[in-house]
Amino acid sequence: MRLTEQEVRYVAALANLNLSDQEVAKMCEDLGEVLTHMEKLNELDTAGVEPMAQVLYDAAETATLGEDIDRPGIGPEAALANAPLAGAGFFKVPKVIERS
Amino acid sequence: MTSSEIASLTVAKVRQGLAAREFSAAELAQEALRFAQAENPKTNAYLHFCPERALAAARRVDEKLARGEDAGVLAGVPVAVKDVILTEGVRTTCGSKLLAYYVAPYDATAVIGVEAAGGVILGKTNCDEFAMGSSTENSAFGPVRNPVAPDRVPGGSSGGSGAATAQGTAVVALGSDTGGSIRQPASFCGVVGVTPTYGRVSRYGLTAFASSLDHIGPFARNVHDAALLLQAIAGRDEGDATSAFAPVPDYTAALDGQVRGLKIGLPREYFQGLASETGDLISKGVETLKKLGCEVREISLPHTEYAIGCYYIICTAEASSNLARYDGVRYTSRSTRSETLSDMYRNTRGEGFGAECKRRIMLGTYVLSAGYYDAYYLKAQKVRTLIARDFSTAFEAVDAIVTPVSPFPAFKLGEKLDDPLEMYLSDIYTITGDLAGIPCMSVPCGRTAAGLPVGMQMLANHFNEAGMFRLAGAFEAAGGFEG
Repeated sequence: MRLTEQEVRYVAALANLNLSDQEVAKMCEDLGEVLTHMEKLNELDTAGVEPMAQVLYDAAETATLGEDIDRPGIGPEAALANAPLAGAGFFKVPKVIERS
Repeated sequence: MTSSEIASLTVAKVRQGLAAREFSAAELAQEALRFAQAENPKTNAYLHFCPERALAAARRVDEKLARGEDAGVLAGVPVAVKDVILTEGVRTTCGSKLLAYYVAPYDATAVIGVEAAGGVILGKTNCDEFAMGSSTENSAFGPVRNPVAPDRVPGGSSGGSGAATAQGTAVVALGSDTGGSIRQPASFCGVVGVTPTYGRVSRYGLTAFASSLDHIGPFARNVHDAALLLQAIAGRDEGDATSAFAPVPDYTAALDGQVRGLKIGLPREYFQGLASETGDLISKGVETLKKLGCEVREISLPHTEYAIGCYYIICTAEASSNLARYDGVRYTSRSTRSETLSDMYRNTRGEGFGAECKRRIMLGTYVLSAGYYDAYYLKAQKVRTLIARDFSTAFEAVDAIVTPVSPFPAFKLGEKLDDPLEMYLSDIYTITGDLAGIPCMSVPCGRTAAGLPVGMQMLANHFNEAGMFRLAGAFEAAGGFEG
């Protein structure tokens, strides 16, 4: 199995990932090879098998719910400290909507 | 202290040294930092050091000791922490260019546990980018060299933690394991590496890779030290809803050598086609276990051949979701050549992620995309149930399972870098334990003729870390580590 360039570009757009032409070409090969291996799972009949979404143990369903109490967060200053661009207590991003 | 004395420290030796006032914790921290910094160019195991934090932790230990208080099970012990685990005020890069300047705003719960037990964190260790890889060659900050054989990889993704422990630049280290990232480097570097039961250690502050598979666990040069480090970090934590409520037993109390009559299973699927030096060394190790009085029998884990496909669907799907947050808004890096928000996302991620992360994001996005979810992700979750069932059935008949950790010892730098599928296939023996969520560990089991370490994997049932340590401790005491 080999993915087409079109398929790779479609998936890259879904993933918000800019790829160079060279990267796209390599992905066609690499993804195809791994997906072919993954298709081995189709040999197994899994009808009636429950999917395992998490490793869960015998705790009551509500045991993991925390108490609803006020706890201090890290605060806006620390939260913004790693921002590439911040101002007025916010993360700044390029304009999304143009004013008419 | 001489360099070789520092490099061969154990938790017990640090304790004795402090008690006999041969050194203070602060003196030891300074010596250990000096040694680690001087040795680091040989391996690139550490990405950065945190001397201020280390000395502050050491002084707290000295103050407690001066007051006659208990300074904790890891009092004064130099510790290395994988750079995917958050350390407040210290850079936490995840081995990624994207986070090269990221300074963590809070501590991971495991880091708090280490320091509460008196551990002294010297610095952060190199790893594959976002813990994705089996060789530490996917780090944006250069590969790590195996201290045992510098032309070879240390394994991955926790290669820096494995190398630092083997090199003696840390007494113990924290790593993370999603598909073998603690056990495989432990095996390649000749040290002990433990992946606890899923949920045994809080992942609060561990940068998420594949949330249903991620673990934090210890590296050490002996079983006792690994047990102590796990003791310091295990337990329920409100910060991680998946952390387990089960009480944490005294792990070192299990190191009593009582393994006579213990039933050990050798899964035939793991030994087929293992006609190699690795296979020979594991067989020799099994003979040692028999001499200790263990009853060894063959068992079957019939779904093993589906594990790689199952694992790489689940881990890439979860990774593609977890890595979506690195979009140029909050985490330090942003592409400078973007006019629109959408371009900013795409360019930041395209410029920031390395090849392996991109590959996994693409695979994960593909298997989760419309029309494919049932065929891949849901199918893999069902196969995961079958793999987990294989283990629960096996543990009705045996107390522990013994296998190799890797089909081969440490390979040469660059040897497998161009073939992603081959690299993935090398994880075959370690990913099943993560899929089932059971505790597993790598213990040294001799060396090949070329001097390369080989690790033996021991697996136990959920929350039976104590039983696993008992077996590993007896194997170590019987000289099994030396082969």
